[in-house]
Amino acid sequence: MDCSHVFDFKVNRIIVVFTLFLAFFFVTPLLYAQGDTLKTTSAAHAEPAAEKKFNLGKFALHHVADSHSWHVIGDYTIGLPVLLYTPGGLVTFSSTEFHGDDEAKVVVEKNGQRFVKRHEKIYYASATANESGEYAEVDAADHVKNVRPLDFSITKNVCTLLLSVVVMLAIFLKVANGYKLRAGKSPKGLQSWLEPLILFVRDDIAKPNLGHKYERFMPYLLTVFFFIWFNNMLGLIPFLPGGANLTGNISITVVLATITFLIINFNGNKYYWKHIFTPDVPWWLYIVLVPVEIIGIFTKPIALAIRLFANITAGHILVLALIGLIFVFNSVFVSFVSVPFALFIYGIELLVAFIQAFIFTILSALFIGMAIEEHH
Amino acid sequence: MELLLPEIGLVIFQTIAFLLLLFVLAKFAWKPILGAIKEREHTIDEALNQAELAKQEMVRLAAQNEESMKVARAERDQILKEAKTLKDAIVNEAKHQAHTEGAKLIEKAKIEIENQKKAALAELKNQVSTLSIEIAERVLRSQLSDKVKQQELVAGLLKDVELN
Repeated sequence: MDCSHVFDFKVNRIIVVFTLFLAFFFVTPLLYAQGDTLKTTSAAHAEPAAEKKFNLGKFALHHVADSHSWHVIGDYTIGLPVLLYTPGGLVTFSSTEFHGDDEAKVVVEKNGQRFVKRHEKIYYASATANESGEYAEVDAADHVKNVRPLDFSITKNVCTLLLSVVVMLAIFLKVANGYKLRAGKSPKGLQSWLEPLILFVRDDIAKPNLGHKYERFMPYLLTVFFFIWFNNMLGLIPFLPGGANLTGNISITVVLATITFLIINFNGNKYYWKHIFTPDVPWWLYIVLVPVEIIGIFTKPIALAIRLFANITAGHILVLALIGLIFVFNSVFVSFVSVPFALFIYGIELLVAFIQAFIFTILSALFIGMAIEEHH
Repeated sequence: MELLLPEIGLVIFQTIAFLLLLFVLAKFAWKPILGAIKEREHTIDEALNQAELAKQEMVRLAAQNEESMKVARAERDQILKEAKTLKDAIVNEAKHQAHTEGAKLIEKAKIEIENQKKAALAELKNQVSTLSIEIAERVLRSQLSDKVKQQELVAGLLKDVELN
């Protein structure tokens, strides 16, 4: 297969435009960021060696979580815009104003309001610093008690989300155009690469589960399948434009599962509701069965959300843990074991990226199919 | 535990972005793509059906050809047979006619020969009689110069007449 079609000129152009757009937005913050990270690294060097002890758990969780800045390479970090909705109105500033701080030690003052960032979450700053120099009240379990403003920041995950939407639009609109230009002919290039997948969703996911009414749900199933798959793959790229663990973020999977939930219940027919509220059992069993059925309405999408989130996050943590072993043992020789292992897990992750997209889509189709099934 | 708590900002961005993606793709990508695929499948099915029909038509035509060939062959045989009979009849007729004609000619020739023979005989008789008369005349002339001999001749002639 000729791969040059896959990254077609038009798609390339859109990606370039999007990157330039990002660059334009953050070109000044980027420059600041360089200076700041340099400063913080020199400060870190001054700290006693005992405090720098590598914490594998924190390292892994930091990398699977969302971030207000985008690490590029080495000391280069792209600052991203912070958008906060506060009682005093919308507050915007660049995340570089925290000067790379993530421990609530740097206070940013805007519109008379003071903010700190701790573990990639923004809080209203406390009036004074505590004993460890943090402008936040932290309890014994490391929980911050400060109030959080409504955070609508363009975080790393939001950027990746927008990037994936732009890439998907570019790819699929181009493919659709291919079908218009070459109507009735065999597919070519990008089209022939994606058509088997589209047919897979239609013939192996939608048709067996939804029966003759499958066409109505095809747009959702196709969109959700490709959205999850593309973002799973994008999340596996360890550097720009990847690196964000989008589908391993509960916010994303919850939204997807909620849409599935809404589709199931808005399309549920009378048999579906009858099965929940008046199942075919003796009446005295209703006390047990009806609550179970009602809980079942919600557990299905919750399971969908958690399954996707957990699978993708677990894969990322596994790779990070294997790589992190090198730093735990502080020996380069560990890499001879952990790198091949991480590579192996990476290979499996490529498969998981597809399988999870498939599972989310087929279960959505199955649940919708159960809700619209006609009983005679 | 923090990993399990949805962030309101990301939830809202995701909702907007995903719904936007869903509506744009549904209208401008999935609809034409699925439509085109369905139409193409329909076309392929139809083409296959057409091919099947054409195949059946071919078989039918082949059978028909075979049939007409058989008929034509039978017709040819019939014609050849008739021609042969006709030929035989004509040949027989001709032979018969030739035979009759030949016989007739032979008969005619015989009659002619007979006639010619008769004529030749008559001629011969004439010649002989003329010659006889001439001879007789010469004999008589020489005989008549002598008287005795004239007597003898007359006596001989008379004798012959009496014998006849």
